[in-house]
Amino acid sequence: MNRIDQRFATLKAQGRTALIPYLTAGDPAPEYTVGFMHALVEAGADIIELGVPFSDPMADGPVIQKACERALKHGTRLTHLFAMVREFREQDTETPVVLMGYLNPIERMGYEAFADQAQAAGVDGVLTVDMPPEEADEFGPVLKARGLQSIFLVAPTTSDARAGTISAHGEGYLYYVSLKGVTGAATLNVDEIDAHLAPLRKLSDLPLCVGFGIRDGATAAAVGKVAEGVIVGSVLVGQIAACVDDPAAIAPRLKDILGEMRQALDA
Amino acid sequence: MTKFSDLTRMPDARGHFGPYGGRFVSETLSFALEELEETYMALRDDPDFQAEFDHDLAHYVGRPSPLYHAERWSRELGGAQIWLKREDLNHTGAHKVNNTIGQALLAKKSGKPRVIAETGAGQHGVATATVAARLGLECAIYMGAEDVERQKLNVYRMQLLGATVIPVESGSRTLKDAMNEALRDWVTNVDTTFYIIGTVAGPHPYPMLVRDFNAVAGREAREQSLKQIGRLPDALIACVGGGSNALGLFYPFVEDEGVAMYGVEAGGDGVETGRHAAPLTGNAPRGVLHGNRTYLMSDEGGQVSDTHSISAGLDYPGVGPEHALWKDVGRVSYVAANDKEVLEAFRELTHVEGIMPALESAHALAYAKVLAPTMRPDQHIVVNLSGRGDKDILTVAKLDGIEI
Ligand SMILES: Cc1ncc(COP(=O)(O)O)c(C=O)c1O
Repeated sequence: MNRIDQRFATLKAQGRTALIPYLTAGDPAPEYTVGFMHALVEAGADIIELGVPFSDPMADGPVIQKACERALKHGTRLTHLFAMVREFREQDTETPVVLMGYLNPIERMGYEAFADQAQAAGVDGVLTVDMPPEEADEFGPVLKARGLQSIFLVAPTTSDARAGTISAHGEGYLYYVSLKGVTGAATLNVDEIDAHLAPLRKLSDLPLCVGFGIRDGATAAAVGKVAEGVIVGSVLVGQIAACVDDPAAIAPRLKDILGEMRQALDA
Repeated sequence: MTKFSDLTRMPDARGHFGPYGGRFVSETLSFALEELEETYMALRDDPDFQAEFDHDLAHYVGRPSPLYHAERWSRELGGAQIWLKREDLNHTGAHKVNNTIGQALLAKKSGKPRVIAETGAGQHGVATATVAARLGLECAIYMGAEDVERQKLNVYRMQLLGATVIPVESGSRTLKDAMNEALRDWVTNVDTTFYIIGTVAGPHPYPMLVRDFNAVAGREAREQSLKQIGRLPDALIACVGGGSNALGLFYPFVEDEGVAMYGVEAGGDGVETGRHAAPLTGNAPRGVLHGNRTYLMSDEGGQVSDTHSISAGLDYPGVGPEHALWKDVGRVSYVAANDKEVLEAFRELTHVEGIMPALESAHALAYAKVLAPTMRPDQHIVVNLSGRGDKDILTVAKLDGIEI
């Protein structure tokens, strides 16, 4: 069984909510990323979304845009991400890792070459922000053949018909984008999220995880009541931005923030 | 091998031009694009919609634009006769308004109170601010900070028209970054905002509808050629940034196999230097950006390259997906003109014909200078003069060391 499915099965048995942090790989520099991943797991991460830096992150707000710029200044590219995941797997063979990013770096590498290397490195899933299922005819099967799961987004604007298509193609979990906007945007409305998730549950057996707008223990716990998982990105990445000159301070801060969310979710 | 007649049946139902095009967007925008596609497909062949579009083009834009025989310049070049399709004479001074008139009608139908656009040279921004003023819509224009600097006149023009101009500081601070930021705005305000994309790029259905709205120039040029030349021209030339003025001219001629077509990209310092904005001529790899698959300048890791061109409107690392297909099937020859050649052509047309072209359009003229002398005086070339050069006076003055 894929590590992602395994993890959700375990969480379900325990009656717990998945906590899914996102970090841009290579930020503030490539040598820190694996250490951050371990720190996140220690603080209670169930799955790690590892962002592939891209020059034109159209769906991201300023916080993750700047993270991409920092990572790209050091030349971080897919081959480095594979090396990071390989190194992470030397110590951690259980925590699922999802690569999240934009299609162009993958197109440039070639679908097969990408999938081969991702599988060999120990990646479990791939979320390509700008590739809806309609465009994934070719890529989806290439991933599937190597046991890599395709994770798709669902948005507040997604029609029921589209949600049906997406859940038919999706694996692992559905990533529900909590608001119309880019990453790092302001507030979320839990009642609205709940209202959107209800019809999705009828369409799909996949765990529903909610991202965009989760900032602290309170928002995580509120969303955790209506979803199988919460995804947190910009708040963590913002800590990296605040400590670029003192990288040693980053991991403890990441652990504090994620730890607070873990506690709030499990309370 | 694709037959040229097949090219008139593109894109397919999912917005693909062969392997190119498509709808590569984050999920939040899928709904808005489906809605736009539905609206447009319903109106496309609706005679009332077409009549309204034609009426606006005639009475607001001032169409048809003339096909002007540049006799003196043709004589000086000593070869084929050069005819200029005078899109510079349109209201607001470029071909861009053909598209914004069309999309404004769609925006009106959508009932959304706000429009946004990206702009490079500022011509599309001006054309958008213009239709927004006319319809009483709120208008925000995203423009790379570098372009805000080099196209100051157009920035103030947009502001006079009531638009908010938002300088974009991210990335290379040019057109592609403006488009990123416009997409971010759209994703945030999709319920209230209509995005007027300015070229034949972006996610489906934009490449199709921007082409359709611009094709009026090609239809006119075809008719005018038959009337004024007595036959179809031997060649067409247009500059290619995203490629909307080029497709607008070329599309109605696509099945006329005797008509050669040349798309002129921005050669910058020279394609061989790597400092250019010529994905087709420079043999860029395939890639995905801004919602479509096309030829895209990017490095080995798939990061989009910075581009270089004297002309803000062509300073873009990709190209409309239909051009990518037309390159593959060989319907159009893509070439590049470098900054130096472009400035020469700019000055030459101004001196010899009293017509000051936009620096974008001067790319097409620069290639006309190369092509015409290789042809006979009884042969004919139609060049798309996509815009007028007033907006570029400050750029040229600066190169001349003159402070205005
Ligand atoms: C006068 C003029 N011509 C051409 C272009 C390039 O656009 P396209 O390649 O879509 O025609 C621009 C863009 O700003 C322009 O202002």
